[in-house]
Amino acid sequence: MAAVTQVRIDQVAREDLVMFVNACFSCTGQREFYGDARGQSVSIEFLHQYILGNYRRLYARTLAAGINHFNQAQIILNLLAAGSPAAEEDRREEGALIAATLRALPPPRAWRVLESLRARRINNRRARAIAREYLAGRADLAFDAVKYRSKLRAAVVHGHVKLPGELGPFLIHGWKKRTYTQPLLEAFRQAHYTQEAVYALPYTVAEGLAARHGIPRDVFLQRIEPRLTAAERLRLQESAARDSGQAPPVDLERASLTKLALYALALKPEARRERREALHTALARAAARVLERAPVSLGRVAAVLDNSYSASGSLEKRRRPLGVALAAHYLLSAASRDYRAFWTTPVEDAVLVGARGQTDIATPLLDALAWGADLVVIVSDGHDNDPPKAVAELTRVFRTKLDPERRTALVHVNPVFDAEEYAPRSFGTAVPTVGVRDAEDLPTVLGFARFAEGAAALAELERYLSARVRQWLERDARRRRSEAPGTSPAAEEGE
Amino acid sequence: MGDARLLKKLELSGLRLAPSQVWGGLRLVPVLRDSPREDLRFARRTYDDALSVVTLSGELTVTGLKYVSYIPHGLVMTWGPRQSDAIYGTQLQVRDGKRVKVGPFSVRLLHRMVRREDKQQLRMLPLHVAMEGFLALQFGGPDVAWAEYSREALSQGLDPRIETSVPGWASSALDGALRTFELHERQVGMLLFNADVLLSAFIVAHPEDYRALHRTLLEDFYGELLLQYGFLGDAPELGLSLDDKRIASLEDLRTEVTRMRRDWADFHAFMAGGLFGVEVASERVYDAGPFLLQRFRTGLVPSQENHVGEAIVHEDGTLDYLKTYRLSAAQTRRAYLLQQLALSGWKLDATAERLGATRDDLVLRLRNAGFGYLLKEHVLEAATRRQARGR
Repeated sequence: MAAVTQVRIDQVAREDLVMFVNACFSCTGQREFYGDARGQSVSIEFLHQYILGNYRRLYARTLAAGINHFNQAQIILNLLAAGSPAAEEDRREEGALIAATLRALPPPRAWRVLESLRARRINNRRARAIAREYLAGRADLAFDAVKYRSKLRAAVVHGHVKLPGELGPFLIHGWKKRTYTQPLLEAFRQAHYTQEAVYALPYTVAEGLAARHGIPRDVFLQRIEPRLTAAERLRLQESAARDSGQAPPVDLERASLTKLALYALALKPEARRERREALHTALARAAARVLERAPVSLGRVAAVLDNSYSASGSLEKRRRPLGVALAAHYLLSAASRDYRAFWTTPVEDAVLVGARGQTDIATPLLDALAWGADLVVIVSDGHDNDPPKAVAELTRVFRTKLDPERRTALVHVNPVFDAEEYAPRSFGTAVPTVGVRDAEDLPTVLGFARFAEGAAALAELERYLSARVRQWLERDARRRRSEAPGTSPAAEEGE
Repeated sequence: MGDARLLKKLELSGLRLAPSQVWGGLRLVPVLRDSPREDLRFARRTYDDALSVVTLSGELTVTGLKYVSYIPHGLVMTWGPRQSDAIYGTQLQVRDGKRVKVGPFSVRLLHRMVRREDKQQLRMLPLHVAMEGFLALQFGGPDVAWAEYSREALSQGLDPRIETSVPGWASSALDGALRTFELHERQVGMLLFNADVLLSAFIVAHPEDYRALHRTLLEDFYGELLLQYGFLGDAPELGLSLDDKRIASLEDLRTEVTRMRRDWADFHAFMAGGLFGVEVASERVYDAGPFLLQRFRTGLVPSQENHVGEAIVHEDGTLDYLKTYRLSAAQTRRAYLLQQLALSGWKLDATAERLGATRDDLVLRLRNAGFGYLLKEHVLEAATRRQARGR
């Protein structure tokens, strides 16, 4: 009897964790096509609290599972709010995980986490130590003090951190009261009085000061151009072209795959057709770069990609599901020996794809199966409505009658979190569903799919997570060693 | 010729139903047309007025029969072989009727429900054409001066005849449903179910027109069931199953999925059985070349669901435009009572006999239905008194 109970407990724990990790892959608490932001945030918050309360150690280890930044930040905050665990070993692992994750987050997100410590009134010894350590690890604190001024100040004041050099007076005593020897701090001070100094500041800070000086937008954009980060360049393409007549040159080689896909989809159809070759090569290169970092080689792969109207996302996540589908298309075609894409509404050229029409997954899925793929990856939000729930039935019958030996693997990758189900919406039980935020995570997510299928045991999932934790910490240690000898500041990648 | 175009029975010939999409309690069923008609196009014309007064006959500002309602938009219909996209935008700004300022509000005076604006162009007020026909039922009132009827009823008939309806935006679910609805490539129309009860059908001739008019469904008016049944739970997301036994290969699977699609279409046609396939009484409204604009109503039997609507039928029998409104039970009852009165020559005793009730019952029913103003006060009072004593 006890054994049966234990098996059941393990099963529940596994299901809970798979659900949670899956949610952490996709959910960002933002509005989706079918769900509003409120429902999303309530749902994901509940999941966080539930897992933290019941599976604390695994909750912390989820940080290393390759989940998205939003959920990493949430986990860090919740862990710090809950205090340190009792066991020495757990305490050490958790602390290392939090510190490593915070370092790996994009700076704006990491600073927001530290700022939220104050908003949520988390101020224990561990939280202060984490903040201190993060500050100590920053390559150029003066830059952070200018670009993330209020956040850095919040972290310093809240965590009682001593700042070196002129930073203390700059942040705490009021920047007006003296001149600085640190060039960036001095530029910040001067930029309040002269127009020339504005151009030495980061774009986000300079923008407001330029408006205060009444600098014409076109002049400002032209002169600030060298200071733009890659993300800012991508973001400014349209508006800068409108305001100043020319868009800042963007290095498509450096943008990440999903960002690039979203950028391409944001272009007008004519512009996309015109620049088709450039976009195509950039996307293919970005996919190749992802595979260099996380090599995967797949056999005969068919992708069933959803470009129905619901792939247009929401105001907060414009075209994200479609962007993920497009990025997955390039990634899978680069990773597999034989590849074919099956869109729900056929497109002649993937770069020109648009979100239109009903969701008919059944037809492309049948085509993909008829093509004889080893692996079928479905990228969709899980709302198939032509006919409704056809995919669930189709895959069930396919598994039971046509392919009981599982010669063809089926995976459903879902970029949309369904608040009511506390998980990405699935196509029935015959296809494992995994969440995803960026297509770059696809290799990780495909590795996780076997847990979503329900075949693997809890112990295996725990082994998987602890292996990821080891890798995560090793990668962090490597990164710190390479940055340690006071090298030039890492490129700022603003969100 | 004209008779053939006049509808006797609504049929979805040349149209196909696709599987539904569900949002909350609302179920939207796409209507597809495989061979769209190019020579009948619709465009929307917006009116930003608090109220519109439509002159049904005679001049705009002269007293006469008027139809008063909130009308957010009209439809401009153009037909003929020469069709160009220039119709969009260019003729939308045409002056239509007259605007009058009434305090902070503006009121639009419109000329006729359906008005020819050009050789091959017609401006119509969608659904109001049908509603006007419904309100005009027995509008003249008693044609024999029976002693029971009030003086107003004898001299002015049912004037003013009033019905209420619910604007689409009164239901937040409808907004969500229309926003998240995924339009099909060849979609020309939609059936709207609330709590799986057919509320309205809207069909046009061309898919692009439907795409442009999709969101205007939020501004149109619906039967009160939109709100009343809006409080019921969500409509179930149905799923059909495939028969394992019939499948031995991928080809079989494909056949079965096709069959599933067909089953969905049949099922939705069955769900809409209260409108399609029943006898309708239609009345011609406007002859527009090969097209005939008409309005129709179903049997007005209180125990059944009843719709009024308007339709355009081509000479070749295709249904090129359809818009319907589901009457509420009370509205049906009112129309039914008037119909029964008219059939018995407005004689109360004969009508009561027809309905299998007493004369007092009938008088009270008339009062409860909102037609108390047709009868003399003492007739009402006497009936009420006798009914109360009898109990």
